[in-house]
Amino acid sequence: MRLCDMPLYQLSAMLDEKSISAKEIAQDVMKRIGEANATVGGYITILDEKEIMESAQKTDERIAAGARRSKIDGIPYALKDNMCTKGIRTTCSSKLLENFVPVYNATVYEHLINAGGVLVGKADMDEFAMGSANENSALSFTRNPWDTKKVAGGSSGGSSATVASGQAVFSLGSDTGGSIRLPASFCGITGFKPTYSAVPRYGVIAFASSLDQVGPLTKDIRDTAIVLDEIVKYDDKDSTSAKIATNYAQNLNNNIKGMRIGVDASLVEATDEDTKAAVLTAIEKFKEMGCKIVDLSFNHNEIMVAAYYIISSAEASSNLARFDGMTYGVRREGENVIDTYVNTRSWGFGPEVKRRIMMGTFVLSSGYYDAYYKKALQDRTLIKHNFDAAFELCDCVLSPTTIFTAYDAGKKLEHPTDAYMSDVFTPMANIAGLPAASIPCGFAKNGMPIGLQLIGNSYQEQTLLNMAYAYQQETDFHLQRPKMTGEGEKDEV
Amino acid sequence: MKYEVVIGLEIHAELSTQSKVFCGCSTAFGAEPNTNVCPVCLGMPGALPVLNKKAVEYIVRAGLALNCEIANYSKMDRKNYFYPDLPKAYQISQFDLPFCKGGYLNIQADGKEHTVGITRIHLEEDAGKLVHTPGGTLVDYNRSSMPLIEIVSEPDMRSAKQAVEYAKAIRNILLFAKVSNCKMQEGALRFDANVSVRPFGSKSYGTRTEIKNLSSFKMLQKAIDYEYQRQVSMIEKGEKIRQQTLRWNESSNRIIALRSKEDAHDYRYFPDPDLLPVILSDAFIEDVRSKMPQMPEEKKKMYIEQFQLSEYDAEVLTANSELCAFYEEVLQDYNEPKIAANWVNVELMALLNQSDMLVEELPFAACDMAQLLQNIQSGKISGKMGKGVLADMFETGKSPEEIISAKGLSQISDTAELEKIADEVLANNPASVADYRAGKEKAIGFLVGQVMKATKGAANPQSVNEILRTKLNE
Ligand SMILES: [Zn+2]
Repeated sequence: MRLCDMPLYQLSAMLDEKSISAKEIAQDVMKRIGEANATVGGYITILDEKEIMESAQKTDERIAAGARRSKIDGIPYALKDNMCTKGIRTTCSSKLLENFVPVYNATVYEHLINAGGVLVGKADMDEFAMGSANENSALSFTRNPWDTKKVAGGSSGGSSATVASGQAVFSLGSDTGGSIRLPASFCGITGFKPTYSAVPRYGVIAFASSLDQVGPLTKDIRDTAIVLDEIVKYDDKDSTSAKIATNYAQNLNNNIKGMRIGVDASLVEATDEDTKAAVLTAIEKFKEMGCKIVDLSFNHNEIMVAAYYIISSAEASSNLARFDGMTYGVRREGENVIDTYVNTRSWGFGPEVKRRIMMGTFVLSSGYYDAYYKKALQDRTLIKHNFDAAFELCDCVLSPTTIFTAYDAGKKLEHPTDAYMSDVFTPMANIAGLPAASIPCGFAKNGMPIGLQLIGNSYQEQTLLNMAYAYQQETDFHLQRPKMTGEGEKDEV
Repeated sequence: MKYEVVIGLEIHAELSTQSKVFCGCSTAFGAEPNTNVCPVCLGMPGALPVLNKKAVEYIVRAGLALNCEIANYSKMDRKNYFYPDLPKAYQISQFDLPFCKGGYLNIQADGKEHTVGITRIHLEEDAGKLVHTPGGTLVDYNRSSMPLIEIVSEPDMRSAKQAVEYAKAIRNILLFAKVSNCKMQEGALRFDANVSVRPFGSKSYGTRTEIKNLSSFKMLQKAIDYEYQRQVSMIEKGEKIRQQTLRWNESSNRIIALRSKEDAHDYRYFPDPDLLPVILSDAFIEDVRSKMPQMPEEKKKMYIEQFQLSEYDAEVLTANSELCAFYEEVLQDYNEPKIAANWVNVELMALLNQSDMLVEELPFAACDMAQLLQNIQSGKISGKMGKGVLADMFETGKSPEEIISAKGLSQISDTAELEKIADEVLANNPASVADYRAGKEKAIGFLVGQVMKATKGAANPQSVNEILRTKLNE
């Protein structure tokens, strides 16, 4: 296996053993980018090779001096392009920000700099993180590495596809309603959305502030634990940040005997045939490992999707108001200031973003606030209560991540809200603020990966990590790699 | 028909915290444009607000000073609207759960005491400032995210005079509470006036208009007077008053319509998801209360009871926080409260009023005033001379010692010198000496006057009197 296809934990161990150098890893990742970028895509901005190699060189010097900073030190990674990187343009995949170069770093990026990670580039995404197929990118493209005719999922499609195709060893994405888990499921990798407040949001360009959460996309749950140890940190610049003691990688263990797993059968039933079969097999696997299945019945699915779109659009309509062409970003001048606003925003935002802004503006308007926004907040409380009740009975909730596997790119949906109704399993974790993971659990007949979602109680990241770890010890879905075009014949280990 | 005016005020006061309300930038006034800024107050993508705890302490202090109920649970909301001085395109403010509610303030106006109800006080951030230049409009974000409190009154005022007195009283309270410097020339205190008229005796309110952004007491008075006249004449002409937002134009002394109710903003308030609700414990509120600076009412009581000041003197001193602070500083070096109060309230005030100056503009310090009073107390100069010295200090800013020595003003207290002059006067005025000796007590007055004249007033009249009597009785 090539270096670029190996999981983080393995590369990290090899660096510690000095059997490889950080430069060699970086070189291989750069080589893969050369091979895959034209077909898979996934990046909006790729850093200069010189810059990447210098960063790797520094790790090698630290290793030589016996001062490696962390398990991430020397590991090439990608950042979703909604995380501010000082001096490196940060676009949110929007025309409005195509020239925006931040003057400061997002806190998560600071953490990765301090840990010694090697930033390779800024990953593609749906514009302002709105979408579930990464087809709303205004500046780049991203396709599924398993079949480049198919979508990678979104909105962290670039973060997912780059990792799945070996163009990065791991990445950070953000998840507002499933934006990490959905593309992880479509691309056959491990995606993790931590508890709301666990990872600092400072410097992450907001979509919906009460739902957004940054998390890792990796090739192995052990990688997830390593990355979480670096980014789950209290930040006094984020008022919603929590103080949590973490040692996830150290505490990882696969003894999950006696764990109670909640399953709402109606969610499994709602999926396509291949997904259903894979999820049912996974449930059997957990039973074999000594877990107990608890029947749950969430009756909140319909209101959940509505509540999610109302709350996220309401917050987005306000969060995105600042993109008015006044202080940064692109400005399209008009006769007067109102015209300038109208010209700038009409030109700069794509159709999906405009749709959400209008929807959000509507639900917050006087006369409609009570019927929509206020009602959605009540639904949110209800959903939280449902989960509280569920966690009385079980330690985690299992479901499919998506209804179906990755579909053909460019497939036009009849109505925009059809797409909204397609991601019905993921937003509940955001609405309730809970940690959730998507891990590979099989392949459809057409070869596309299938994902399994695990949702834990607040701050029970370790439980989820252990569940996923135990599962990955017993299965090999996460070890499969897509065939990359242009790949050399002489594979090395 | 006779109409009465009904006025409610919204007063914006900038809090005097060291840093802004949601970031660490300095609040210092007068910095180069766009130097007291950071990603947060510039509304850069991804930046997040963090509530300044001091600002919360200050608004609680203001609320306690204005007899408000302090909320244990409150939250920050977003008020959404587009304007180039508002970098996030929303202002973080408070909608339905402000920190302070239901207070009141007693004021003196039109010869009576009035109680003005205070509906609420909420915390919000200021916007930046537009600077219009020949080359176009520029924005200075130094003021962006400065902490503001908005004090909303009930429609309890019935004359422009009452509104001005209320505004002045609020200013005084905020200064005593040390929560705002209230510098009006720096825009630290601004008023919005809600004005309506109705026939005397009517119980219901007329349609109100709102005059925005009045930045001085004079403007407040003029704008309300103008608006009252305008509304009355409209009613008398049978026209309907429209609910409008207005602006006072200072240069033309007129009111300009900004927008009517029909095109009023829908601000789409909703709770700011970037900020957690604020929970104030009773212990926190009590702690703020226990550390409250002395408020005017309390000081007044102390002045009357402990300093034995007259009700009037105590009132004058506590109606003006700068004067009051000056007075208390004088007392630190000159512990004669009654005499000091008299000098501050009468002599100093006369000078200030003559030249239309404020206490904070005085060219000398309170300790200089104390030194002057010490010189009078010790008899080095007379009270009359003291007034002259004070006028000089006011004029030049020089210290009393400097003025006294430069003008050779010290009273002649050298007895030998005075005796010599007394002898001369007695020798030159035999008639008066004879009168005195014949029992005409009054004659001594003339002789004292002659000595004073000979010393150009530099002698202590009491000593002169004693010396003359001794000599005449010899
Ligand atoms: Zn700032």
